[in-house]
Amino acid sequence: MVPTQYYLLLSAILFGLGAVAFVFKRNIITIFMSIELMLNAVNLAFVAFSQASGKVDGQVFVLFVIVVAAAEAAVGLGIIILIQRNRQSLNIEKVNLLKL
Amino acid sequence: MSPVLIIFFVLAGLAVLGALNLVLQKHPIHSALSLIVVMVCLAGLYLLMGAEFVAAVQIIVYGGAIMVLFIFVIMLLNAGEEEHTDFSKIAKFAGLPLALALTASLAALVVKPGQNVHGATQAVIPKATEQISTMLFKDFVYPFELTSFLILVAIMGALVLAQREKK
Amino acid sequence: MPTPMLDHLWIIPLLPLLGAATNGLFGKNWPNKLVNAVALNATGFSFLAALEAVREFIFVRNQELFRKEFFDWIVAGSFRAGFDLQMDQLTVIMVLVVTGVGFLIHIYSTGYMAHEGGYYRFFSYLNLFMFFMLILVLAANYVLLFVGWEGVGLASYLLIGFYFLKKSASDAGKKAFIVNRIGDFGFMLGMFLLFKTFGTLDFTQLFAKSAPWANEGWGVFGTFTVACLLLFTGACGKSAQLPLYVWLPDAMEGPTPVSALIHAATMVTAGVYVVVRSHVLFTHSETALVVVGTVGCATAFFAATIGLVQTDIKKVLAYSTVSQLGYMFLACGVGAFGAGIFHLMTHAFFKALLFLAAGSVIHAMGGEQDMLHMGGLSKKIKVTYWTMLIATLAIAGFPPLAGFFSKDSILFEAFQREGGWHPLYFFGLLTALLTSFYMFRLIFLTFHGKQRYDEHHVHVHESPWSMLGPLVVLAVLSVIGGWMAAPSFWGGEDHFTSFLSPIFGAAHEGALSEATAHSFELTLAVVAVVAALIGLLTAFWLYIKQPGKPAEIAKSLKPLYTTLCNKYYVDEAYGAVIVKPLLALSTNVLWKVIDVEMIDGTVNGIAHGATATGDITRQTQSGNTRSYAVWVVIGALAVLVIIFWPAIRAMAGGAQ
Repeated sequence: MVPTQYYLLLSAILFGLGAVAFVFKRNIITIFMSIELMLNAVNLAFVAFSQASGKVDGQVFVLFVIVVAAAEAAVGLGIIILIQRNRQSLNIEKVNLLKL
Repeated sequence: MSPVLIIFFVLAGLAVLGALNLVLQKHPIHSALSLIVVMVCLAGLYLLMGAEFVAAVQIIVYGGAIMVLFIFVIMLLNAGEEEHTDFSKIAKFAGLPLALALTASLAALVVKPGQNVHGATQAVIPKATEQISTMLFKDFVYPFELTSFLILVAIMGALVLAQREKK
Repeated sequence: MPTPMLDHLWIIPLLPLLGAATNGLFGKNWPNKLVNAVALNATGFSFLAALEAVREFIFVRNQELFRKEFFDWIVAGSFRAGFDLQMDQLTVIMVLVVTGVGFLIHIYSTGYMAHEGGYYRFFSYLNLFMFFMLILVLAANYVLLFVGWEGVGLASYLLIGFYFLKKSASDAGKKAFIVNRIGDFGFMLGMFLLFKTFGTLDFTQLFAKSAPWANEGWGVFGTFTVACLLLFTGACGKSAQLPLYVWLPDAMEGPTPVSALIHAATMVTAGVYVVVRSHVLFTHSETALVVVGTVGCATAFFAATIGLVQTDIKKVLAYSTVSQLGYMFLACGVGAFGAGIFHLMTHAFFKALLFLAAGSVIHAMGGEQDMLHMGGLSKKIKVTYWTMLIATLAIAGFPPLAGFFSKDSILFEAFQREGGWHPLYFFGLLTALLTSFYMFRLIFLTFHGKQRYDEHHVHVHESPWSMLGPLVVLAVLSVIGGWMAAPSFWGGEDHFTSFLSPIFGAAHEGALSEATAHSFELTLAVVAVVAALIGLLTAFWLYIKQPGKPAEIAKSLKPLYTTLCNKYYVDEAYGAVIVKPLLALSTNVLWKVIDVEMIDGTVNGIAHGATATGDITRQTQSGNTRSYAVWVVIGALAVLVIIFWPAIRAMAGGAQ
């Protein structure tokens, strides 16, 4: 069997890559996708713990995470469409009306 | 080197490569497709762990609905390649080191078996789906119903947001 | 036996307080008659209450000491200072003088101040003064006495600076208060020392505890000496003795009734009262008594010499007051406390009369106070003239008026006390001569001689009866006031001393036998009258017979004359040595350095620091979303580290 640490290590790496993308990318949609990547990494960790402990609570939680991610994606993409309409650009640095 | 381990490394490697691709690609559509690869690999890993239901939901909802939505939006907005602007000093200099530090700290915490992590691996959970459904409709029925409400709200929100402006 | 008034002794000070509050709060738009009604009734009923209390004390309680605690004011551990009032023989005299003379002066003020602005304010302050003074004389412990002490200082400040729009008046008020404060500081230190030594400040307990202690001889600075000298400092400030007398001449800026009440009859006598009340403490200390007597005598002589050359009628009387107070302290210094109180009482009568009559003269002359611009008024303002003449005869010490008996008794005690007091007697006698001289000089310059004013500008008119009435009453008192202590060789018993004997002990046994003492007393009395006569005749010769002579003498003794005219330059000396350096210190160090730089700098610095911190933290809110993303990562990292800190330490420890 695969030791649980391997799964958790993978989860950590994926989360870190998601964080890197979150900081570095300028396209709003790409940033949003990196958030989804981070959520997935967390899901992996949950399922790994669920298997390690023998209980299914982790998997139930994963279901909820997926549902919430879906709702969030729907609304978030709606906002992204609005931003595109208002700023005529998908560059996150153009969304800077709060700058002095 | 058991077959399970080999499959694990293959899927894991593929997932990491997909994630790297997401970071390194310039066009959002390529990033989206890489993300789909990552999700499929993760679904495979869930299967490996014996969580069939979660794997199925991952593919159907995440891969089939959410990512499709992403691609729709990318195409709708005609997103092009990323422009290179550089307005944030802190992101330029401190961004990468910090993100890597985050990764490293997480990794360091989970690598050693100790209080945080079980060292031994368990067998596959029998009848996982049945147990999940029992839990979902018995112990977690209230959050479950709330999520349906949440989805309703999200649908309405998305509709309102994406409307064309009335002339 | 029932003593309802004594049981409610607080009524005596309370009535003036109510009068003060009523007039002060509501009197602004009242007609003069209503203000009068409130003020006069308050003081008048207070006087009647005092009479009743005295009657009960003498006849119902047979002169047994009465003391009642009305409520607890300060209770800290074993120390208790309450609102306790007491009545004994000394209090009887003080309370009757204060309420009686006070009431007469209130009546006088209704006439004198009739056309002044701030009428209600004047009577409010005057009643307030009465309240504090009564607290002072009725108090049964030092703490409550000090309340009255401070309060009369306040009332004095308010009344001296009554014409506060005039700079000299407000300056004089400040000067009085500040100089008093210096004395009060000494008084407080004295109280602290007494408390530390005896654990109580209540008169009865304190004197009982201290009586058995050993006396401290000359030159020994034990507890009694130091405490008494400190209390005496306070008395010097309040009663205008050297070196704290400088405020009293300036205090003449206030209206004349104020000068009469506060700076002649009552407030300035508070210092004498304190010394007399503490006689148990003072008699334990040889040094303190010597100091008191010497300072008193020196002040008496010093002030008399300045009074010789003053031209303002009120200033002459002011220096005369300082001088007479010196006599009272001289009496205390030689141990004749009863004589000192006797002179206090007679002085209250004739000095108040002198001031009120001077006020009448000033009123008649339409505000003129310089004697060189008066003259020949005796026919025009007859009642004022005759009453003032009686008062002058009294202060000069001519028998059978009151001043003769009191002054003579002081000089006699000074002479016969063993231990070399003779220089004090000599200066006391010389001062009596000078007193007679300058008082008659005042009479001759003001009322006799040529008319030195312009009739067209000044319409001399007699004062109304509201002012003349009190003058007449005080004149009668000045005549008969001394008769109660007619010396024994005239066939009468010294009623005054025997009345006070329960407090001071029997009449002082001198170094001489009874018969020799009697003949000495007669001789000294004759000597004193002769001195007064010399003074009168000299004044007569200089100011009536040869009016040009004073100017000639002044010219020939120019340096001496100028020094006297400038009051020995004392005010200037104080200004240069004390006031100027203090002002320089305050301006340059306390204000510019400490207040502006340090305190303001600290407060402004804190504000500046807050602004600077804000400037730095503002940079996190850049408006750029990518920087926000980085902050999110930083936050996540921080949370991770905080939660897993023990594990991190364990790992780091294990790794080493």
